[in-house]
Amino acid sequence: MSIKNPTRRQLIVAGGLAGGGLLLGYAFSGPSRHTLAERAVAGKGEQVLATWLKISPDNTVTIYVPHADMGQGVVTSLAMMAAEEMEADWSLVRAEVAPAEKAFANESFGLRYTEGVHIPPMFQGLTDAALLKVAQLMNVQITGGSSSVRWTGEHGMRPAGASAKDMLVRAAAARWNVAPGECVAKLSHVTHPSGKSATYAELANDAAELSPPSHPVLKSKADFTIIGKPIPRFDIPSKVNGTALYGIDARRPGQLYAAIKFVPVFGGDVVSYDEKQVLSRRGVRKVVRLPGVGVAVVADNYWRAKEAANALDIKIDAKGNDAVSMKTIYAQHDADLAKDKGSKDVEIGDADAALGQAAKRIETTYRVPYLAHACMEPMNCTVWIHGEQAEVWVGSQSPLTVRGRVADIAGLDFGNVKVHPYLLGGGFGRRVPVVKGFLDFPSEIDFATLIAKEVDAPVQLLYTREDDIQHDAYRIAVTSTFKAALDANGNPVAWANRYTSKDEPGEAAHIPYAVPNQSIRYVESPTAVPRGPWRSVAHSQHTFFTESFMDELAHEAGKDPFEYRRKLLKNEPRHLAVLELAAAKAGWGTPLEKGHARGIAIQQAFKTIVAEVVEVSVSPSGDLKVHRVTAAVDCGSTVNPDTAAQQVESGIIFGLTAALHGEITIEGGAVAQSNFTDYEMVRMADVPAIEVHFIDSGAELGGLGEPATPPVAAAVANAVFAATGKRIRELPLKNHDLTPLTAKMAQAAD
Amino acid sequence: MTVSFKVNGVRQTLDVEMEMPLLWALRNEMGLTGTKFGCGVAACGACTVHIDGVATRSCVTPLSAVENREVVTIEGLAAEQGAKDALAPIQAAWVAHQVPQCGYCQSGMLMAVSALLKEKPKPTDAEIDEAITNVCRCGTYPRIRAAIHSLSNA
Ligand code: FES
Ligand code: FES
Repeated sequence: MSIKNPTRRQLIVAGGLAGGGLLLGYAFSGPSRHTLAERAVAGKGEQVLATWLKISPDNTVTIYVPHADMGQGVVTSLAMMAAEEMEADWSLVRAEVAPAEKAFANESFGLRYTEGVHIPPMFQGLTDAALLKVAQLMNVQITGGSSSVRWTGEHGMRPAGASAKDMLVRAAAARWNVAPGECVAKLSHVTHPSGKSATYAELANDAAELSPPSHPVLKSKADFTIIGKPIPRFDIPSKVNGTALYGIDARRPGQLYAAIKFVPVFGGDVVSYDEKQVLSRRGVRKVVRLPGVGVAVVADNYWRAKEAANALDIKIDAKGNDAVSMKTIYAQHDADLAKDKGSKDVEIGDADAALGQAAKRIETTYRVPYLAHACMEPMNCTVWIHGEQAEVWVGSQSPLTVRGRVADIAGLDFGNVKVHPYLLGGGFGRRVPVVKGFLDFPSEIDFATLIAKEVDAPVQLLYTREDDIQHDAYRIAVTSTFKAALDANGNPVAWANRYTSKDEPGEAAHIPYAVPNQSIRYVESPTAVPRGPWRSVAHSQHTFFTESFMDELAHEAGKDPFEYRRKLLKNEPRHLAVLELAAAKAGWGTPLEKGHARGIAIQQAFKTIVAEVVEVSVSPSGDLKVHRVTAAVDCGSTVNPDTAAQQVESGIIFGLTAALHGEITIEGGAVAQSNFTDYEMVRMADVPAIEVHFIDSGAELGGLGEPATPPVAAAVANAVFAATGKRIRELPLKNHDLTPLTAKMAQAAD
Repeated sequence: MTVSFKVNGVRQTLDVEMEMPLLWALRNEMGLTGTKFGCGVAACGACTVHIDGVATRSCVTPLSAVENREVVTIEGLAAEQGAKDALAPIQAAWVAHQVPQCGYCQSGMLMAVSALLKEKPKPTDAEIDEAITNVCRCGTYPRIRAAIHSLSNA
């Protein structure tokens, strides 16, 4: 069967744009992507049928997942999507993280870009950068933006699986001399009513000779047997017996370890140091200056390297940046906001005019501080440069980008750098490597490469927790000012919001509510503090602002915050359904114990809508406890309901840590916090009961790793207001005296 | 200076500084990477091991303190628990409840919880809250709690 419709074929495979190589094993002249993929993963007697699938002689199917698993179960979910379409017997399915080969680059980014379909702006810089050179189109093997399932899965795994099945069926039909339509693929076998049957493995060689279908037909949801089931994750067994290997666990013969004595002040530099101070210490091999960063000490044991780095006196030049503090940063925010009207984000109607004529005007300012990611596994990267080759062992959200970065810094050809992807002990946006013009801050990947250039052995750079907290790429601090106008009935007629520093996704500050006049604008207010994406990116700040302020309006109007939102969401049926489900499941409006109160918030992020109802109590002396979080989620539908619920629980707890404790402050130009002792995390005793309810709306798949995080802070703060009468406009909550405001409330809390 | 102690039933003798924390001896000198580094200051529990059966944070335990003692790490947990299968019941409960996400904290969690269960086979929620102060940045706490309760009801 020949390919009749190349346009459609391109649509499926996307990467066709990149000089002729394509997915799904299309045979093309020149080095095709198929060949590249095959060389990378196929063993003897094995066939790579589609880029992401391999059928082995023992009839197992290995699915290569081009995403790092940071703990979100994506390897299993993506394998489920391919296996479903392929009609594979799940017990014969294996999954592996794809090697950092270009053939495995995350096609969907390229696909979305070239189709002109919206891709999350946080990745546009990446894709643009990648498109500078054709080869770089495929440099986007990235995990983030909640992209894995909805892009790679929908546009890669499912068509790949369907194509493989189609080819296997045609191979069987040809062998048996029957019509393909008479054959049935099921449980890794193709059968014919005549009684003929063959395993996928028996058909694989023949199938590989066929052209992939131009229109792989996807199964309808009603026929799913794998998708939608709570299937156990592949990675769990290795994570309970210590055998799972993270970047920090990379061990090579003769490996050395490096620790850095950092210049604490952002934008400062090392002036001088005396390496003789530490060179005679046991195990110390080398001292390496890292311009603009600090001084690295290399030793044969990490503890020795770290102790030596600690002992090293370095003279630094702060270059005037030591005057920077939260006070100066917030003063800068205020000045920048006062300076001009800023740039347009949303303009609907005439907010100024409506504010002028309003029955009631409300004005207020919100702020949130910087946050560190604090992945459980401190940052690390192991690099070995030998001759013209480099090898890298790292857990990264984009191994392929790491490869390019190391090649650049080591001055080697891309092809001479090999990346061994290891597990990530947390990512949350921190393990997205730098791309010029996007996340352009130097990181452990750069430093490890610079150190490795000076050392004749594999060397593992590892951050202490202090380094990790003090030299992160931070979720930025934001100041957001609001003005709103209510009409005589308490309905909002104007919403004017101005905030500092636009971030991604661009729509994070937008509101779903029917407010006729809106003016949402921003001013840039850059600082020397490195910035980076942090779980849910700009949603994490803006949902706190907008959903808290919406709550203020409800209370100003004398309305129930749930009913108030409900009315304003009448044109947004998906939002409304999510909000109502969360409220219903949480028993909104039903009586609570004394001192307890509920708060609600909703946000759409990465195409998923999440509403959360939080129940808190505040004691008469102001002690806050979060008892219960009820979440309703519409992410279209779930591939694996168990891992989906897990991601929502995880996102809620992550957001709760930020709401209750999360605060990185800058003093003297440096981060004031240092470890879990002063950058506190939610622990077992603080965890509320969490209930997660999914709505199967059938809408386009949304992300799950991030969207549960944004509503938490607002829902908690709104509940705190209900409990105490105190409106929290600045996070974290730990900085506030929450003693209930009125005697009545104090009594209620008694 | 040499220091000698048992790790997962095997006697080890190391010629290293006595003040080197056990964590770095395990990870860098003995190749036992299952025990994780999270904070270095006893604030997260990622490095928890058993020393003579007691859950101990190895990042702040100098080798001088383990001379002649019995250390069990995650790699030796199943054997320590007398498991006939590859996984001890506590590990099987972790699988059944699909506890780990990134998994990085889970060695420490399992070592801390197994020590708790030895002392209190049926811990209450309050006892769990008090004993398990390990950090899990992925927020697997609700599933850890459920897994513990499943073991105490077994
Ligand atoms: S690494 Fe030992 S408690 Fe954190
Ligand atoms: S599972 Fe990731 S830190 Fe606990």
